Order: sequence, then C-alpha cells, then structure tokens
Amino acid sequence: MEILFYIFGIVAVVAAISVVFQRTPVYSALSLIVVLAALAVIYLLLGAPFIAMVQVIVYAGAIMVLFVLVIMLLNAGHEGPSAHRARFARWLGPPLLLAFIVEFAVIVWKQYGLTGAASAQPLDASPAAIGRLLFQSYILPFEVTSILILVAVLGAVVLAKKQV
Amino acid sequence: MIPLSHILLLSVILFTLGAAGFIIRRNVITVFMCIELMLNAVNLAFIAFSRRLPSLDGQLFVFFVIVVAAAEAAVGLAIIVALYRNRNSLAIDDVDSMKM
Repeated sequence: MEILFYIFGIVAVVAAISVVFQRTPVYSALSLIVVLAALAVIYLLLGAPFIAMVQVIVYAGAIMVLFVLVIMLLNAGHEGPSAHRARFARWLGPPLLLAFIVEFAVIVWKQYGLTGAASAQPLDASPAAIGRLLFQSYILPFEVTSILILVAVLGAVVLAKKQV
Repeated sequence: MIPLSHILLLSVILFTLGAAGFIIRRNVITVFMCIELMLNAVNLAFIAFSRRLPSLDGQLFVFFVIVVAAAEAAVGLAIIVALYRNRNSLAIDDVDSMKM
C-alpha cells in the first residue's frame, strides 16, 4: 500500500513539473490531468473514496474539459520568449523556492516526526457518512455554495457575451 | 502506514511548483492551470489531516474547495475569452493597462 503512495507521488511531482515547464498549453493541460488522476489514487489510499471519485468526475472530467475547450477555442499555441525579464529573478527564484520547501519540511519534521503514521483509527468516509455531515452540520455552507455557483454561471454567461 | 510528513512534503512540493509556474509562465491559461495545481496541493494536505485527526470535516472542506474551483474555472475562463476578444492575445505581458 505504501509503495503505491510513493509511486503515484512521484508521478504527480513529475507531471506537475511538466505542467510548469511545458511551453504549449495543451501539453500543460494534459499533464495537469495526470496530476489530478495521481492525486485521486492517493486520496483512495488515504481513505477518502468519495473525494477521489469527485476529483476524477468534477476535476479531471468537467473542469479540465473546460480548460482544454478554451485552449482549443482560442488556438493557444507555443509561448514565445518574454520581452522583459529580470535577470536576478532567474538566479534568486529557484534557491528561494527550495528554501521554502526545506523550511516547511523542517517544521513538519519537528511537529510530526519523520515516520509518524498518518492515521490513528479507521474513519468512516463512506458517501453516506459524508452526506449526513454535509446536510446536518454543513447545511449553511452548502446553501451558500449553491448561490455561489448560480452567480458564477450568470457571470460566465455575461462575460462571454459579444460586447463586454 | 504512510507517514503524515511524507504526504505533507508531497503537498508542499506540488504547491511550490504551482507557485513557481504562476510566476514564470506568461500564458494566461497556463497561469490559471498553475492556480489549480496549488488548490490541489492544499486539498491533499486537507485529506492528510482529515486522516490524522481523524475527522470527516477535512474531506468536506476539500469538497467545498472543488466546488469553488469549478465556479472559479467557469468565471476565469470566461474572463480569458473576453480578454482574448479585446486584446487578441493570451500573453500576460500584453495586459498591462494598470501598470504604472
């Protein structure tokens, strides 16, 4: 079980590097789908089957199809070289990002130890349990979310109209 | 058992890659995809802590983050389409009206 986590973790990191460094948006989008699928497998391993399925259906299914559709619609091709780019950013950026990762790793290591297991006792994460929690404790956020989606749909229609 | 620290390390590596891409990419759509990458890194941390506690609330937060990401993608991509219609370009360098 653990070995699957490491395999898919490495797949996710490699695909994420590909998302960032591909110069063609379609390749970035396809790499992002690989990241999302690998994360869905990791969610399954971590005992969150419902979230894993939502990840595949909503994220990899719906959202990424929207992305690929817009990339094709706008015919987004190869990204050209930038006209103005700060020279010191190239030398300062990677060390700072690496420092961020190391700093975070040290904090986590001090807080949780290097090999502290991620679970205390098994958790009932079935869709029924999530549904009960969603419609009892989290009913207000749920309703607010439905209004948010309504506003987002209206906003998308208004923004995509001919004259803006 | 998978150690919590390894999951969190994977999460922060994905987040850092997303943040780096957000800064260095110059195509609007790629920048937007890097935001999605950062959201997914945070989701992974939520799931890890949900398992650690153990409590289902973390998984519900991930659920809400996915819903908000869907709404964000719809509006954001509509903005990108409107942007392309007005400027005929997807490069971030061309959208600098508010630059001093």
